[in-house]
Amino acid sequence: MQAGHRDPRWLRVLLISVTLLFLGLFLFLPLITVFLEALRKGLGAYFASFNDPAARSAIFLTLLTAGISVPCNLVFGLAASWAIAKFDFKGKNILITLIDLPFAVSPVISGLIFVLMFGAQGWFGPWLTAHNLHIIFAVPGIVLATIFITFPFVAREIIPLMQEQDTDEEYAAISLGASGWQTFWRVTLPNVKWALLYGVVLCNARAMGEFGAVSVVSGHIRGKTNTMPLHVEILYNEYNFVAAFAVASLLALLALVTLAAKTALEARMRSTSHALETVEETLV
Amino acid sequence: MNMKGWRFKRSSILPGFGLTLGLSVLYLSMIVLIPLSGLFLKTATISWPRFWQTVTDPRAIASYKLTFGAAFAGAIVKAIFGFVVAWTLVRYPFRGRRILDAVVDLPFALPTAVSGIALTALYAQNGWIGRLLEPFGIKAAFSPLGVAIALTFIGLPFVVRTLQPAIEDLDSGVEEAAMTLGASRFQTFRQVILPFILPASLTGFAMAFARALGEYGSVVFISGNMPMRTEISSLLIIAKLEQYDYPGATSIAIVMLVSSFLMLFTINLLQWWFSRRLGKGTA
Repeated sequence: MQAGHRDPRWLRVLLISVTLLFLGLFLFLPLITVFLEALRKGLGAYFASFNDPAARSAIFLTLLTAGISVPCNLVFGLAASWAIAKFDFKGKNILITLIDLPFAVSPVISGLIFVLMFGAQGWFGPWLTAHNLHIIFAVPGIVLATIFITFPFVAREIIPLMQEQDTDEEYAAISLGASGWQTFWRVTLPNVKWALLYGVVLCNARAMGEFGAVSVVSGHIRGKTNTMPLHVEILYNEYNFVAAFAVASLLALLALVTLAAKTALEARMRSTSHALETVEETLV
Repeated sequence: MNMKGWRFKRSSILPGFGLTLGLSVLYLSMIVLIPLSGLFLKTATISWPRFWQTVTDPRAIASYKLTFGAAFAGAIVKAIFGFVVAWTLVRYPFRGRRILDAVVDLPFALPTAVSGIALTALYAQNGWIGRLLEPFGIKAAFSPLGVAIALTFIGLPFVVRTLQPAIEDLDSGVEEAAMTLGASRFQTFRQVILPFILPASLTGFAMAFARALGEYGSVVFISGNMPMRTEISSLLIIAKLEQYDYPGATSIAIVMLVSSFLMLFTINLLQWWFSRRLGKGTA
């Protein structure tokens, strides 16, 4: 397994040093900077940054956006993976490819397509204006753009896993008289729960942190259509660095929690799949 | 054509196919397909001379040069250092390796705006790193170099994560055989290791490059956003949108979108090549 110990010592030391230096310079230093800049004027100034009503409304809007877009994409991910993994039908591969499509679209373009649809000069713009409905430069646009950006996260984690596990257990459950829902809740869902959680964690991190797409559709109305990342931008451009980095430090904490959860879930998924393999080997 | 034997779906005793497929296709169409086709429909309404004039405008050309150039430079730096990082993380057991391994994904997890302001604070003239570079006359922030630095940060996980499995699969027996047969360490690397990991390395490079083409959040703060000099294409789209120039924004967006689709196609080809090679290796 560990082939590395055969490399000469000087090479090991050199490569480990380069790795530490590179990651230190590119990953750790920016992360530390966020917290140091946020605390530059002391804890008092740090916490005062969150007393600002605009900051509070940004935090609330970010939670609201993630709270809508993550469950939407979760339900979609489950529905899509059930259809794709448990049945054979024509065009399945096209569907899988289309699900990944939003990953190929850059954030700014993701925002732009919704402006073209619902903006004042967009396809539905005149109709929306006539009915006094606001999507662009309002909360619905932010939610839509976030759903688009985070669309594939849950689906792409559970589709391959469900495809790997065959349908034998579901067939057994149905044959024994379980309903479709019972089969799904008691058989299918427990089999993919860690991968599902993994997808949700990544989806949530991106939903809360998305900047480019949301920036295009938000209109930057302070206290109304600013999410946390957009609020960071506004504060930064106003040279209010302590407050900007204070809000940014919350997002950095979110990133650290995400990384920890991701690592823990990866270990869990590896041990489950390993356990499954061992069981199968002993059965054979 | 005989359509008698054709069935859309093979029969199954499991329920819920119609519901789940219907829901998926409806949601996919509403969120992704219809909005995205709106972009292409909009492009179709722009006259060709107008489109051509917008996408070949000197300011647009300058933005492509910067975006593609910085993305390419960043991808090269990542390909080299990403290999060292991946190699070290796979091959050498050392204290703190697992934490380092987890932290490699930080650029994915950290919101791009946060990365952007943190990198700017570091590389600005009075920042920790910017201060060290200034005596050498190197201006990192608010210059094309800053754009490349941000793009290097953003794409690093792609390269490391695609290389790690390839290095794990590398059979150390082959390396040993090469060494036993008298190959030097460098020869072993060039003739045994490099050909094996090249497909993974290229895939990671292409993925990082594709991501860098569309990156926005981490770049806008460090670049300074001067038209013709440090304005990336994503920012030019936003600048045109802010002037309500929808056709202009759409034209530039189509150029960038088609470029990233081409990159995606290349990545798929590379992965296909990669899996074929690996398949041969184990057979």
